[in-house]
Amino acid sequence: MYPRPIPETARPARAAYVALVAAVLVLWLLPLVTVMLTSLRSFEEVMAGNYWGWPKSFNFIENYTAVFKQTALARYFVNSLIVTLPSVIGVLVLSTLTGYVLSRHRFPGNRLLFALFVGGNFLPAQIMMIPVRDLMVGLGLYDTYLALIIFHTAFQTGFATLFMRNFIAALPDELFQAARAEGASPWQTLWHVVVPLIRPALAALAILTFTFVWNDYFWAIVLTQSDAVKPVTAGLNNLRGEWVSAWNLVAAATIMVAIPPVAMFFLMQRHFIAGLTMGAVKG
Amino acid sequence: MSHLWRRHRHWLAPTLFILPGALLFGVVIILASIETIWVSFFDWDGVGPMQWVGLANYEQLFADPQFYVSLKNNVIWLAMFMLAPPLGLALALLLNQAIAGMKFLKSLFFVPLVLASVTVGVVFTWVYDPTFGLLSLIYGWFGATAPALLSDEHLVSFAVVIAALWPQVAFCLVLFLAGLNNLNEDLIGAGRVDGARGFAMLLHVVLPQLREVSFIALAVTIIGALRSFDMVAVMTSGGPFGSSTVLAYQMYEQSIFSYRFGYGAAIATVLFAVMAVFIAWYLRTLLRPEQETA
Repeated sequence: MYPRPIPETARPARAAYVALVAAVLVLWLLPLVTVMLTSLRSFEEVMAGNYWGWPKSFNFIENYTAVFKQTALARYFVNSLIVTLPSVIGVLVLSTLTGYVLSRHRFPGNRLLFALFVGGNFLPAQIMMIPVRDLMVGLGLYDTYLALIIFHTAFQTGFATLFMRNFIAALPDELFQAARAEGASPWQTLWHVVVPLIRPALAALAILTFTFVWNDYFWAIVLTQSDAVKPVTAGLNNLRGEWVSAWNLVAAATIMVAIPPVAMFFLMQRHFIAGLTMGAVKG
Repeated sequence: MSHLWRRHRHWLAPTLFILPGALLFGVVIILASIETIWVSFFDWDGVGPMQWVGLANYEQLFADPQFYVSLKNNVIWLAMFMLAPPLGLALALLLNQAIAGMKFLKSLFFVPLVLASVTVGVVFTWVYDPTFGLLSLIYGWFGATAPALLSDEHLVSFAVVIAALWPQVAFCLVLFLAGLNNLNEDLIGAGRVDGARGFAMLLHVVLPQLREVSFIALAVTIIGALRSFDMVAVMTSGGPFGSSTVLAYQMYEQSIFSYRFGYGAAIATVLFAVMAVFIAWYLRTLLRPEQETA
């Protein structure tokens, strides 16, 4: 290991080390912690300018119910879920298919197609903004959930294809030879050989795609307009403009928006890290 | 019919499998991107008829002072983002110890990575607030008044980039921690026997083994810097007086707010041309090892 592990016998050194890490961590997360504390303060306290002291009273329930009752945050939340969940499922299905074909079938243009999926995933959003917006207006989908679902499914399929292709390419060749020897059709091979083996990849991809789509802001403001469709990211930015002085409520909304991806991350941390490093580093 | 299918399924089935993904990605991402280049040769308000103007949008763009402000800010983003990989590596070196509880502490360090950029923007707008922000508190301890970073045209871009560095460093940290976990123990051991320690060990034994991870961290950081949009939109809307715009934001503003879609398309095309260099470099390196084995 590098750096050299602190020996188990050096108890003071270990304690000092953990204390140091904890101190760095507090500094690292300080901006977020202060927002959390603010979300617990009462309106009077915010008005009086107590932003940094310990909260005089904890208004957890009041603030967080107020933010759901007095603002459209609940609506935005539902919108984000309606957009995110189908996108994740769409991406998983499409990228399993593309990844399987690109990794296990040789055909002219295979590498070019793969390069397009990977390269397209790194394009700036603005280079496709005008035609995508036009397309959605033309299809009558502008300002609907479907516009965002279609776009996110398409875009995330790029990264997901890279990920799935590398994962399936790393599966042992013997399995595919055996399937072929037994006369399995491509569909049977996919369903009975590939799918059972890629469950960890599907889990990793699901959590990554969820985070990417949930956190999107650009397409949320380009493809939607009304509160009935707007996802939480765009919604939060609106609330910030409308509730300028109610910092405690804006803080509570900010924390609420952050909770789903953070919770997903802690629940499926192993998959998330594995996915991020495997998707980035070749599989 | 089923006979025909049986005879051709070895290529028909894979074609059908790849078709939905390839079509969707091809139309919505690739064709749309190419169409933008086409649109950049027209004068268009987004609704009425398009009028061919040749290179006029580009001529106008290269004479537009705002374009150079955006370009300068893109360079600032790029240069400052170069701090993310070394900072991520430094944090990874600090955190790479197997001690009870470290796992949980490490995962807390990753949190900024999963926050939406809007969340990061809101949080840092707060940190920078000149009357009650964290920064003003710190300045207050020294009896000084905090500068209003987000309304100072010379400092605003730096302030926004620092906020954006927060999740970016967390991303590099994740990559480098994974890299440090995959080090070759034998090489490290041999290095120790040869008396390599501390910085020499890092430079000559550890870093060469982190080449792949460093490459990914660098490439993703460069592309992320050039793509920056959300933080500018959320924290400053390009202000004050357009001093913090980047190409991505200027494009959005010209298209959506000023209805100059042809002009916006030209900005997007320039941004794409800049990024294409880095994307090509990344793709070449990513796909090269396979060419050798294939």
